[in-house]
Amino acid sequence: MRRLLMLFAALALVATACGDSGSTTTQASGGTTGGTEAPATEPPATGIQASADACTLGETDGNLNLYNWPEYIPHGSLAEEAEVTDLLAAFEDQFEVSVVLTEFDSNETMLAQIDAGVGYDVVVPSDYMVSIMRSADLLVKLNPDAVPNLSNIAAEFTDLPYDPGNQYSAPYQWGTTGIGYAYGTIDDEAGVSWGVIFDPAMSAGNAGFISLLDDERETMGAALIYLGYSINSTDPAEVDAAAALIKETKDRLAAFTSVGYYDLLVSGEFVVSQGWNGDFLAAYDEASTDDYDAYEDFGYAIPTEGAAAWVDTIAVPSTVEHPCSAQTFINFILDGFNGGELTNYNYYASPNAAAEEFIYEEILEDPSIYPLPEVLERLEFFEDLGDFGTYYADAYSAAKS
Amino acid sequence: MTLTDERTEEVAVNPRLERAARRRESWRGFLHAVPAYVYLIVFFVLPLIVVFVFSFASRSRTGRPELENWNVDGWTRLTDELVRTIVTRSLFVAALNTVLCLIIGYQFAYWIATRRKQSTRTILLILVLIPFWSNFLVRTYAWRMLLDSDGYITQLGELTGLWGRTLFTLPAVFLGLLYGYLPFMVLPLYAAIERIDWSLVEAGRDLYASGTKAFMKITLPLSRPGIVAGSILVFIPSLGAYVTPDILGGAKTTLLGNFIVTQFGAARNWPFGSALSSAILMVMLLATILYFRSGARTV
Amino acid sequence: MTVQQAGGRRSRMDRWLSLNGWFVFAFLYLPILVVIVFSFSGASNVGIWGGFSLRWYRRMAGNEQLLATLENTLWVALWSTIVATVFGTAAALALDRYRKWVSRGTFDAILYMPVIIPDVTMAVMLLLWFTQIGLPLGRLSIVLAHIAFNISFVAIVVRARLAHMDSSMEEAAADLYASRWQTFRRVTLPLIMPGVLGGGLLALTLSLDDVVITSFVQGPGSTTLPVHVFGLIRRSVTPEINAVSTLMVTASMILVFASLAIQRRGQN
Repeated sequence: MRRLLMLFAALALVATACGDSGSTTTQASGGTTGGTEAPATEPPATGIQASADACTLGETDGNLNLYNWPEYIPHGSLAEEAEVTDLLAAFEDQFEVSVVLTEFDSNETMLAQIDAGVGYDVVVPSDYMVSIMRSADLLVKLNPDAVPNLSNIAAEFTDLPYDPGNQYSAPYQWGTTGIGYAYGTIDDEAGVSWGVIFDPAMSAGNAGFISLLDDERETMGAALIYLGYSINSTDPAEVDAAAALIKETKDRLAAFTSVGYYDLLVSGEFVVSQGWNGDFLAAYDEASTDDYDAYEDFGYAIPTEGAAAWVDTIAVPSTVEHPCSAQTFINFILDGFNGGELTNYNYYASPNAAAEEFIYEEILEDPSIYPLPEVLERLEFFEDLGDFGTYYADAYSAAKS
Repeated sequence: MTLTDERTEEVAVNPRLERAARRRESWRGFLHAVPAYVYLIVFFVLPLIVVFVFSFASRSRTGRPELENWNVDGWTRLTDELVRTIVTRSLFVAALNTVLCLIIGYQFAYWIATRRKQSTRTILLILVLIPFWSNFLVRTYAWRMLLDSDGYITQLGELTGLWGRTLFTLPAVFLGLLYGYLPFMVLPLYAAIERIDWSLVEAGRDLYASGTKAFMKITLPLSRPGIVAGSILVFIPSLGAYVTPDILGGAKTTLLGNFIVTQFGAARNWPFGSALSSAILMVMLLATILYFRSGARTV
Repeated sequence: MTVQQAGGRRSRMDRWLSLNGWFVFAFLYLPILVVIVFSFSGASNVGIWGGFSLRWYRRMAGNEQLLATLENTLWVALWSTIVATVFGTAAALALDRYRKWVSRGTFDAILYMPVIIPDVTMAVMLLLWFTQIGLPLGRLSIVLAHIAFNISFVAIVVRARLAHMDSSMEEAAADLYASRWQTFRRVTLPLIMPGVLGGGLLALTLSLDDVVITSFVQGPGSTTLPVHVFGLIRRSVTPEINAVSTLMVTASMILVFASLAIQRRGQN
């Protein structure tokens, strides 16, 4: 045992030495490993940025490595089934490069891989993740000459806090986190309040059939909004109050769950659920048959107090190996028609103004996908809170413990 | 004194020759272990050092620790009350799950191991694992359906008046854990029970008259290596289990596995996550080695 | 299937054990039955019966991305199981038989660590290690990672078989001038086979189910089925995954019973 410990100690020293020089010497797969050292001199990043800046419109420099959520882009038989264009095949045909799709299951896994230097050309990070990756120099600046379709982006989405001016990322799809519910179980005449979950009197009748998401920021965010605070609050007292509220609400909940809550709502296991708009609508849609319309029984509301909104973006990571193909792909996705097909496939709203004419009418007119202007004002986007993020995680863990 | 030692004394006619032969054998035996150990050193022990080093580093924005400002914050946080609560609860869950798996798994493994034909035993053993070659998530979804308000198991409970909706309750958590970890108990138990010399048990029956006593004195001690291995393979992983408890239990409590994942994920606090993992590793390693030794020293 | 009793005499004890045995099998297969039934449902929501339909099988058959992840999963599971079973069994034999030569504390410690360490910690450290040593990430890195945790599981199960095993048969074989390989092939291996089989099956199962470690050490194009399904949680998991699972379960069953039939014929 003692020998083992000595081995440990010796190797720890070696590892430390390696780690220190690692950030400048490691070239695992053509990428850089920024983050461990102050980016005083980082020639590789400059090199990639320089080649990205040199790309021209429609230029390709090899096959594209796309790192995306599963089934988040119309492709193959699924596109066929949904009667939308297979965007990956269309890109391959048009630019004569092939696309290799890799799937991630959480923003954090994707971040860890990029931070470690794994080479991908295009990634699809969520809003808060963009600010994290930007601050760690893990994203390459987009070159407007190679991505002229950036001008298609709707004005509301050009200056969001996670990436002002869309210098590093282009919005891909966006949506809201609100309440899905069975009609008749709550009072929704004057709009739905977060009180149907957090207010003891209002929620008493549905106790045991309510669900919240299981996510530090989303769950805490709903509590913060109900209390009248910002979802990006960095005031410990406010966050503590939100955690206390969640702890109090716990007894009336069936579950905290981000997994399949929409199915449980449709099957009657829950009557009120916090969740993402696209999930609810997809579940209602799929529960409907020729002689049953689930939309008559279930609804989705953005609560009167406000709600969290999220944006998934498309960006080029610093580990890019084919910066020109990458930017050509982003430009392709930002095309009006392609952006429209994306929404017709995903049922999430498009931040692409040029896409509107290609989106099915029923989607454009659905206020749970495209909120009314007055509702739009009540939405707030998540921001990365830097070091304060751990405070949320701990408060949430404590609230549930 | 172990069996091996006794035999050494009996067989050793010429002690010096015997010793030389043994040494040669030992050397060869050591060579058998080389591939596994070289492999584990390269792909486990060396990377593990990274984790240990990280536990003393400071947090950065991406979560990947910065190596400049050394500190022991990650380690001092281990004494937090929050950590204590979570660890205690997880220990309870893991221990209860291990006991459940052992009670049900032992009888089950014993039954399989005592089928007369080798092929029947093999088939039954494989049949234990086949359900687990489906996808984890759909299995858990299926349990949700069986346990929810109009699920078959709930209906059965209501029919007999014994239980109601089980989904999102503690029993559902244990049902899910039992389901997921039973094979980890059954396989080593089977491996240990199947090789028992049944003539010994027969002799024991004659000697002790009572079947229970014969079982306690003979069968149980002989299957002890399987009990030890099985309970380790169930206890340790279920200490870190969180997906099944969360999906079936409603995630109303934080478990250790979840807490660690949060540190490496949303909290992006790798130093604390590393300290937590290192501490678990050290404590459980010591406990495991002692427990295994106790299992090896019987008979 | 008829069940043969060990003692011939069908005691109360035997009857209880049989009852418990079939009850446990029912428990293990109950959710799988649900999965199979709903793979034939026409409805999209998991849990709602929408009439008999082969819709999800058709969709699965055309879903190239899903099939690619399935292929990756099987490739990884197969190789990691084979290598881990060989290495793990050899290590278990060495540790059990020649315990005096090596410092057992150290060796035991190394062997148990991969079982003890939390998934996510192992995932993070392997990702950093692989990129540090310049190993390109892909199927190979996933296999290497799976072997790293599977060796331990195999070794622990095989050791449960080996503990206090009588080595007189092997010694007898050696006395009869059997070669080392013959002794192993004809004597040792049959003796430890149930342990090797159990360890190998466990390794296969762990590899087929792993999400966390795989998602961290995957590379371009090497996504596996469990990672795909976990990522789908954010959208919605369709009964298509039920269809894949049904296929895997039935294919395994057919393989098992076919190999049994072949074995029987070989014996006759």
